[in-house]
Amino acid sequence: MKIPRLTDTTLRDGDHAVSHSYTPEQVRSIVKDLDEAGVPVIEVSHGSGLNGSTIQQGFSTHSEFDLIKAAVETAKQAKIASLFVPGIGTSEELREAAEIGISLIRIAVHCTEADVTEQYFRLAKELGLETVGFLMMSHTQPANVLAEQAKLMESYGADCVYVVDSAGALVPNGVRERVTALKSALSINVGFHAHNNLGLAIGNTITALEAGADQIDGTLRGLGAGAGNAPTEILVAVLNKMNIETGINLAILMDAAEEKVARLMQSPIVIDRDNLSSGYAGVYNSFLFHVRHAAEKFDVGVSEIMEELGKRHAVAGQEDWILDVAVELAQKKRLKV
Amino acid sequence: MYKILKNDGNMELVLVAGIDPNSEGLARAKDKGITTSHHGIDAILEDPDIKIVFDATSAKAHKLNAQALRKQGKLAVDMTPAAIGPFVVPTVNLHDHLEAMNVNLISCGGQATTPLVHAVSRVVPVHYAEVITTAASLSIGPGTRQNVDEFVRTTANAVQQIGGATMARAIPVFNPAEPPINMTNSIYAVIKEEFDEAAVIESVQSIAAEISSYIPGYHLKGTPFVDYRETPWGHLPTVVIMNEVVGAGDFFPAYAGNLDIMTASAYRVGDVYAAHFLGSKEVTR
Repeated sequence: MKIPRLTDTTLRDGDHAVSHSYTPEQVRSIVKDLDEAGVPVIEVSHGSGLNGSTIQQGFSTHSEFDLIKAAVETAKQAKIASLFVPGIGTSEELREAAEIGISLIRIAVHCTEADVTEQYFRLAKELGLETVGFLMMSHTQPANVLAEQAKLMESYGADCVYVVDSAGALVPNGVRERVTALKSALSINVGFHAHNNLGLAIGNTITALEAGADQIDGTLRGLGAGAGNAPTEILVAVLNKMNIETGINLAILMDAAEEKVARLMQSPIVIDRDNLSSGYAGVYNSFLFHVRHAAEKFDVGVSEIMEELGKRHAVAGQEDWILDVAVELAQKKRLKV
Repeated sequence: MYKILKNDGNMELVLVAGIDPNSEGLARAKDKGITTSHHGIDAILEDPDIKIVFDATSAKAHKLNAQALRKQGKLAVDMTPAAIGPFVVPTVNLHDHLEAMNVNLISCGGQATTPLVHAVSRVVPVHYAEVITTAASLSIGPGTRQNVDEFVRTTANAVQQIGGATMARAIPVFNPAEPPINMTNSIYAVIKEEFDEAAVIESVQSIAAEISSYIPGYHLKGTPFVDYRETPWGHLPTVVIMNEVVGAGDFFPAYAGNLDIMTASAYRVGDVYAAHFLGSKEVTR
């Protein structure tokens, strides 16, 4: 098996889990450890991508450009990346992040909508950035559809395309089929981003590597949206045991996960009923806190809302549908009594 | 086209022009007995009787067309995001620009959401408004897909100018679910001062009813409500309004409310201008 490139996204996917409250000091401290440990790519931005500070996605307490600047200033060897979702971010924010000094942009869309990314891949290339395409909610489409969408991104200038299991809904065989399809369709790198709703984040990531994935994602202590991600420190430990030499220092990561990141958690990230129902229904992980808020306000169950969102095929960025679903469920309840 | 033919209003459709002689649109117009031309804007400029032109080309093409139409004294109803003329939304400000020679229809999201923001801000100042427009992937053409920035910018500007919000964001979402979903819009309006909730809700409901008089498939989903949110300006009441637009199914499928709202608004604008022209100067019909 080849040596994969690891991207740590504690400071991007993990942003959801801390309700968008990262401070520049926290970013400096975590980037310092990841950089010293030898993690090659560190992603920093609002959890929903550049310019994600909104009512819909959750407001940030600090300017993400200040956070990105702190990361760029701190990293000695690691490349700093940001996430970009067309429609949430615009060219303006992409230019600004590039100006501050990110080296890599990950352009994310729902996995059937690759054709909206063209203008942004072209701009990113003009700005001299490395580019990754992020096919979100990959569990919703069969391998051949994902491969076609990935090829579009390749034609726009992507250097790598990720199969992104945003809902933590894929099982190993589904990961294998999808990564294999992308590997055979593309001449560029293929990546895999896991969520842990079914307890498979590490297992699915290893499956992706077996299927030929070149790049993988993790977050310290699994800090990420919903059920969280593949913990970076565990990934490195597992790869060590498999004799795949990443050159990343496990001890530094274990300390950072334990002493810094665990302390940021508002509550432990475990696969509780909310997260399991979310993964089982195939619902975008960043919806979790919004669903809990709506469930409380309208006095309906989190699992009920998750199930209905799954049925409606809600995609990333549709937090407003959570309210719509909650209102409708509450109305139905009222009719019964 | 279908809306002009279906309604007995103040306009008579005399020409449908395109640039592709084999286009489906021109064939459909011919079928209905309408004169067609594939010479684009030139065919329109040659006919001095035409007073109102609906331009559904592209922002780039409209910039050129706008000049030519203005020279000939023809009103351009701009359905592209070019935004050369003032934004118009039938229920909010149509009568403010009756003398304009070029008016812009913003975007589907703009037509659907700016009246709702306006309905809040006429009762209490809106500090910040965020509008989320969700449409079926199948209803989003290549023009929009290649320029999402333009939709975002134009719609957010209109939410401020027409909606009256001090600050605004607009976010489009494309959903590929099968069967295709109807167009939906959600509005969050952050309010910084004490206000009469019932008055805001009543205002929103009344403007929605007005819009549904020219777009029958336009309706609120549930009753608008107030939710407290953490914002950069504090823990503040946020008016949440949810809306759905079902198309009339004249030409586009019913789920494509985002396309229907543009043609319905364009028809309404054209009809009101036509009435104005007919009343104020002599026009060959």
